[in-house]
Amino acid sequence: MSALPPNPAAPLQAILRRHGHDPSALLQILIEAQDIDGWLPAPALTQIAAALGLPRARVEGVAGFYSFLYDRPVGRYRVLFSDNITDRMLGNRALLDALCRKLWVEPDKVSEDGLVSIATTSCTGLCDQGPAMLINGRAIGQLNHRRINEIAELIRQQRPLDQWPAEYFHIDDNIRRRDALLQLDMLPGAALAAAVARGREGWLAEMQASNLRGRGGAGFATAVKWASARNAAGTRKVVVCNADEGEPGTFKDRVLLNTCADLVFEGMTLAAWAAGADSGFLYLRGEYRYLRPQLEAVLARRRTAGLLGKGILGEAGFDFDITIHLGAGAYVCGEETALLESLEGKRGTPRIRPPFPVTHGYLGRPTVVNNVETLAKTCLIALEGGAAFAATGTAQSAGTKLLSISGDCAAPGIYEYPFGVSIARILEDCGASDTQAVQVGGAAGICLAAYEFQRRIAYEDVPTAGAFMIFDGSRDLFEVARAFVHFFAHESCGFCTPCRVGTALLRGFMDKLNDGHGAKADLADIDWLDRLLKNASHCGLGSAAPNPVIDTLQKFRPAYERRLVSLDFEPAFDLDAALAEARQLTARDDPGAHLQTHEEDGR
Amino acid sequence: MKQFLLDGQPVPFEDGQSILEAARQAGHYIPSLCWHKDFPAHGSCKLCIVKAAGRHVSACATPAKEGWEVESATPEMNGERRALLQMLFVEGNHFCPSCEKSGNCELQALGYEYEMLTSRFRHFYPDRPVDASHPDVLLDFNRCIFCELCVRASRDVDGKAVFALTGRGINKHLVVNAESGRLGDTDFSKDDLAARICPVGVILRKGPGFAVPIGERTYDGQSIREQKLKEEES
Amino acid sequence: MSPAPGSPPARKLRVPTTSLAGCFGCHMSFLDIDEHLFELVELIEFDRSPLTDIKEVGPCDIGLIEGGVCNAENVHVLRAFRRQCKTLIALGACAVNGGLPAQRNHLSLSECLREVYQFRPGIENGQIPNDPELPLPLDKVRPIHEVVRIDYFLPGCPPSGPAIWKFLTDLIAGRTPRLSDGLLHYD
Repeated sequence: MSALPPNPAAPLQAILRRHGHDPSALLQILIEAQDIDGWLPAPALTQIAAALGLPRARVEGVAGFYSFLYDRPVGRYRVLFSDNITDRMLGNRALLDALCRKLWVEPDKVSEDGLVSIATTSCTGLCDQGPAMLINGRAIGQLNHRRINEIAELIRQQRPLDQWPAEYFHIDDNIRRRDALLQLDMLPGAALAAAVARGREGWLAEMQASNLRGRGGAGFATAVKWASARNAAGTRKVVVCNADEGEPGTFKDRVLLNTCADLVFEGMTLAAWAAGADSGFLYLRGEYRYLRPQLEAVLARRRTAGLLGKGILGEAGFDFDITIHLGAGAYVCGEETALLESLEGKRGTPRIRPPFPVTHGYLGRPTVVNNVETLAKTCLIALEGGAAFAATGTAQSAGTKLLSISGDCAAPGIYEYPFGVSIARILEDCGASDTQAVQVGGAAGICLAAYEFQRRIAYEDVPTAGAFMIFDGSRDLFEVARAFVHFFAHESCGFCTPCRVGTALLRGFMDKLNDGHGAKADLADIDWLDRLLKNASHCGLGSAAPNPVIDTLQKFRPAYERRLVSLDFEPAFDLDAALAEARQLTARDDPGAHLQTHEEDGR
Repeated sequence: MKQFLLDGQPVPFEDGQSILEAARQAGHYIPSLCWHKDFPAHGSCKLCIVKAAGRHVSACATPAKEGWEVESATPEMNGERRALLQMLFVEGNHFCPSCEKSGNCELQALGYEYEMLTSRFRHFYPDRPVDASHPDVLLDFNRCIFCELCVRASRDVDGKAVFALTGRGINKHLVVNAESGRLGDTDFSKDDLAARICPVGVILRKGPGFAVPIGERTYDGQSIREQKLKEEES
Repeated sequence: MSPAPGSPPARKLRVPTTSLAGCFGCHMSFLDIDEHLFELVELIEFDRSPLTDIKEVGPCDIGLIEGGVCNAENVHVLRAFRRQCKTLIALGACAVNGGLPAQRNHLSLSECLREVYQFRPGIENGQIPNDPELPLPLDKVRPIHEVVRIDYFLPGCPPSGPAIWKFLTDLIAGRTPRLSDGLLHYD
């Protein structure tokens, strides 16, 4: 057995104390502990495990799960370029290469002096103002070569981030079209007062009348979720706001949290009122960590105003408060049961369902998990009534939808439309021309070709969590699909066989085609993998992972076919390159020391 | 008693019983790697995938429902199982001829059961060094299929939590409960349940190897189907 | 049975065999079909094979490949077999998944060669052979299906004589080969 670890240093002790040595706060503790050295040295994990009474292996397991937790040193300036397809279309790779050159560092490595490390990360939710980066957790958008030059210089001078030009860190809301929600100018507490006046049952009845459905994409009836949690056995019920907005191309929750945080927190409190919950969590994706201080300020104001805490609005027994939990770079945590695992300080592995969160959620308690936008919308219902809400939108999709529009258009940003709006109308409004395809709903969504642009945004036609990425005639839809396949392989939690191995295999096939080794037989294998991922995966990540390939193979097949070098079979690797190491070791370069890469060449 | 139909055959079940449990109890084999009768369903290997009421589900993690029609031993489901086995074979380093578990390995036996003749896909050949630090037990991570049976047995039965998974996606891997990363530095014992529960050849007793001659090993004379159904009866 | 009208006249199937990065164990096992060999030669004739001493593979029906692909010569031979054979079979564990030779895949080739030719105890001034007559090794050992298209796989280390016999008789009779009743083994 290992010897007892030495006592943690003072900063780590303070972190552990602040979290009451609570094992379910493990992820939060790891995130904060990492701030001490920028990474998590092995002894720190041992100390944290001992202090929390957890097996060390479990702590190591959690630390190893999240992209933003590091088990080896990173640069004092840790630069992560957002690598969504929209960032790529705006030239992020050239900027990354330029910054690496200027700072004498290779991608994914730490500079010799430990000053800087540069890598890529999944979509950071700044697609309307990309290319974007995170530097030590703070977001910078609108990157260009001039800005990269300046950033290189600031890093070389080792200037603290607080002394960098403030405009770097300015994030635009880019709200381009306002409808019911974004036009709402609500005094904090007004919706809550209306709901409390109706009583818990009355408020739930309004919600039922509203036909509000979840805005996270799945479209489950919100009132049904609330009522189920309310009726579930058990005390200490929980409301969770899912702000793990990881779907590539989505950024509407970032804007809502930035400018309408009161609506979101009020929505959580409205949910608590209906469901009888006493604790709330905002699960904030690690990429949005920079929003945390202002969100904490809003929470503090609401506590002061009696909108959180004990006896909210003077209503005896209406006790509810909200804690912010940070994610740490894991798309899968947007899946509600993975999110709950993560909230409990564990690896973000989706649970087996049933039981569902409404009966067995956070720490086994009945739990409501709602999307940011869903919760904000409940304020409208409280203020204007369920019937008024239900009267807008379409038959099965009441209300409005916020769309995060990015890609090839004149005015990317946030657009709020009543459900039922056509793709063509949206493209016109945002100034898109020569549009070849639109990816609706993010990487997991649907790729629509021009002949489908009369289709409508609605649960009954094209459902979406809000991402709307536009690709004009100059774009290669194979590249789009390949980027998404890479994303899913990177974000697979690895729990189930089909997703863990299948996403890696699919990535291999897409790279094979990309690298000039594509054969017709690969398309059949891709089809087969697509089907298996869809059928056999444990959660929505795996079953959605093949979507971009399925859609583009169907609608943009020539983008694949023109990459084929054989109509039969072709190895996935370059045979001549496979001899390179041996050539070097033997100093040979005679004809026998080479292989024709394609067999046909040798005939 | 309530019942559902498995490939057209009635299978009785009690409330709360999974499709897999009810099927095995009734003498019908649905394959599994991560499922174990003494532990709650895990649902990661997906070998037990069936089609229930037209939808793909894990038989181990899905409670049986009255009147359901469940497809299991169909060419479609068996084809998917074979593909899942192929995935498990290519992601690790499974060289049966040099593995002590050969003949007693559930992954291998399922390969036979579902007539897997090739691993079909590109082999990943990952680099996973073995851990020989423990006096009695060898860990060969090359063969890990992430069923977490050792994780669960050590945590829930042995009360030690010697094993855990870290990493994510295809980089997920097994670690042991020591800062050194060596099994020899944990309180693991050859008498732990976790030392006996591995369905493949990761956790191996040191000492005389290949003791049972070919022909007399668990799956030499009988298929995994026969063996598992026999276990169910006893 | 007389051939159906219009079908080509009955002729023996031409079968070449070879061992790439293998140990000829599968070939030895092939010989374990014992007296079936007499039946077999009524149905087939061998082309290039250790049994015939034919050096170059000609147009053939069913090729048997033992061993994985570990060097440039293996690639040439495998490609020639693929060009000449209507049906190509991966025979044995090494052809199917790389087998024992592929267990060097987690080491770099430089490490392997230096260890063997330069740093092994008892070697002084050792040099990695660089004669152009020698085929260069690939950085990784590959199963043959990663280099050419393979039609059938017959695993086993080696596959047993009865398994090989069953497989070939199925194939010659026009049945998709199946290894049932305990004939399928990976070891």
